[in-house]
Amino acid sequence: MHKEFLMGNAAIARGAIAAGLNVISGYPGTPSTEVLETTAKCNDGSLYVEWSVNEKAALELGAGAAYSGARTMVTMKQVGLNVASDPLMSLAYIGVKGGMVIMVADDPGPISSQTEQDTRKFAEFSKLPCFDPSSVQEAYDMIQKAFEYSEEYHTPVLFRPTTRVCHGYASIEVKDEDECKKNAPEGFVRDPSKWVIFPRLSFAAHGAIEKRNVCLSKVFSESGLNPVTANGGRRGIATHGISYTYTMEAVKALGVSPEIFKVGTPFPFPEEAAVEFLTANGGLEEVLCIEELDPVIERGLIFVCGKYGLKTKIIGKLTGHIPPAGENTCASVKRAVSQFMGVELTAEEKAEDVPPLPVRPPVLCAGCPHRASFFAVKQAMKGKKSVFCGDIGCYTLGNAMPLDMVDTCLCMGAGVNITQGIGRIEPDTNCFAFVGDSTFFASAITGVINAVYNQADMTLVVLDNSTTAMTGHQPHPGTGRTMMGQVVDKVSIEAVLRGIGVKTVETVDPLKLDAAVDCVKRVSAEKGVKAIIFKSPCAVLIKGKAPAVIDSVKCINCKKCINSLGCPGLVIKDGKAAIEASLCTGCGLCSQVCPVNAIGGGENAE
Amino acid sequence: MQNNILICGVGGQGIVLTSKLIAASAMAQDIPVMSAETIGMAQKGGSVFSFLRLGDGLYCPMFPEKTADLLIAFEPAEAVRMLPYLKEGGKVIVNTHPIMPVTAALKGSSYNGSEMLEYLAKKVDDLKTIDGEAACKEVGSPRALNMVMLGQAVKTGVLPFDIDAVEEVMKKTVKPQFVEMNVKALRLEI
Repeated sequence: MHKEFLMGNAAIARGAIAAGLNVISGYPGTPSTEVLETTAKCNDGSLYVEWSVNEKAALELGAGAAYSGARTMVTMKQVGLNVASDPLMSLAYIGVKGGMVIMVADDPGPISSQTEQDTRKFAEFSKLPCFDPSSVQEAYDMIQKAFEYSEEYHTPVLFRPTTRVCHGYASIEVKDEDECKKNAPEGFVRDPSKWVIFPRLSFAAHGAIEKRNVCLSKVFSESGLNPVTANGGRRGIATHGISYTYTMEAVKALGVSPEIFKVGTPFPFPEEAAVEFLTANGGLEEVLCIEELDPVIERGLIFVCGKYGLKTKIIGKLTGHIPPAGENTCASVKRAVSQFMGVELTAEEKAEDVPPLPVRPPVLCAGCPHRASFFAVKQAMKGKKSVFCGDIGCYTLGNAMPLDMVDTCLCMGAGVNITQGIGRIEPDTNCFAFVGDSTFFASAITGVINAVYNQADMTLVVLDNSTTAMTGHQPHPGTGRTMMGQVVDKVSIEAVLRGIGVKTVETVDPLKLDAAVDCVKRVSAEKGVKAIIFKSPCAVLIKGKAPAVIDSVKCINCKKCINSLGCPGLVIKDGKAAIEASLCTGCGLCSQVCPVNAIGGGENAE
Repeated sequence: MQNNILICGVGGQGIVLTSKLIAASAMAQDIPVMSAETIGMAQKGGSVFSFLRLGDGLYCPMFPEKTADLLIAFEPAEAVRMLPYLKEGGKVIVNTHPIMPVTAALKGSSYNGSEMLEYLAKKVDDLKTIDGEAACKEVGSPRALNMVMLGQAVKTGVLPFDIDAVEEVMKKTVKPQFVEMNVKALRLEI
């Protein structure tokens, strides 16, 4: 063992490698992305690592590897599990041979997600065992146990950290290389009675799963993963994940000593451990459940109280003692614990004379080609009845003022179909769908096929910046690079669209504004399904040109550049528009917007 | 011993590396470390922070308001935003050069940081202001700000290691061609 300073996600990756990982697949999504990236960085050639085209593909690939005896991990964020839920539900019945951990990162807040869904509930729904780590060290240790349980019980298991564990750092104890397990997969052994799902097999498997989960509840109760800290009182706190650490800090700061039940395996719920906790010291009077997302432990304890006839009063989210939505914090948990334990907190005096603080909402980067694409469509459609359906990625930020070009956003790939639905009700509207290149491959292609087949009237706008920018620049099928370091043939978006039967597909550089506006006008005027590919690389990945320069003699101070583009590279200094040279990439868009040609440099400068 | 340190600023100022170097310097002295920082969409021009905790008996990488021993602020308004985390008698180091948000430009606001610095001077007894722009010019690189701030942070005496310890881990972390510039920035006399 030795010490290293690791991010939670890196610890999960290293823990999986220490457990003999053979194959890892996934799709990027905050806060899960760094797990797979870390395994790729640590790959000595013995691992197979891939970014799959989406979470469903990743899970199915993982299943095949696990059928063949490989220790397999599949990574995604919580909404990714919705995409992978079809194979997940069936795989729960079929089971695996090699250990298989499905790492699903939840995002209380939510900080960078569409939903506050709780994967612990998905575990209950799919009947799969679930592990919930509370710290970086525990994540490292627990993922190794998760592999062992998976292999012992021949079932995939869910491992679900939350953002603060994924993105927290700590100096932790990790195994030396010679302490790590090695797993040599046996290979796929043909057995249709085992690997082919049929109603009769499903019926038998369902019964076996229910029996196994009763058994696992007992095993988990004795596993040490659901510890009860006895302090001798009649009041208890049940908690999990990062909230456990907030609770321990609060208990220490307040000098109180409740009984503490930390639930590390929310499903199957460790009933015997719960009974031990609830009946301590002659029976607890009251238990506060401190959870994020859904009240899973709270409902579990209420169920146990009913089943065993216990009189303990259970409070938490369902009783309004813990907020129903959003993240817990050190402060919110301290407040809840102090109230529960009857300790007065000194009133927080808020400073009242704080000057108004500038707000810093996330915006498209300076030089981002998406800004130019949105602006071109906005210009081309000025005065025309239009709807702009957005999607998931950096370009969701096209909703911000002054671009204001995102009318809808739902989930990965949804915009292509939503715009068709709006068109069915409003046939006189110019229907647009904006989709990024990675999202196009992940889940927009079926939407385009749907549009072509059903004779929709819409314009697909692919914002192709040749990377998955939002999550930190992962490669995808259009980039021609894989996580194994190979350079491969790129999958052409234009060829895919033509293959589907989209007759008009034009590719244009959005930073050439006039040509881009012309293209949008021309293409959108056609009937049927047509597509524009705005192709220009992500500004973060290219070396910028010399920053633009504003000619203060020519500038009439109309601020049109600032008010129409909202670029961070354009600021006001001494009441006039100015270039923030440290940010400007010299993309040249503002010089094409300026009515008096006062902005030069950039594109044309050396 | 426990130390709570908060580093704050705007995405792209090099806060993450600063946090990493403090953590590595502490680990080199066998001091346990935990940290938590902004990651993801908020990095795009947004407010960025890093919580750092050094010492024994830590459970959680974040800490509540009024418990930071040291606030290292790379931008004046961000210092004011995070000031509630400073404990009574805590120390603040702030870069005086403001970064104007896009929304301020759109609304025609003339934010220039001076109001923030006046507020800090009124509220904080142990305040050190750094003209980051001038310091970077002296070092000869616009990207030296984080090392300048780190060097000044070590001088407060709050951190449980000296500048030599930081220099040693920095040399192992940054690319060789940037070592000389970073040493100069770390050791800059202000």
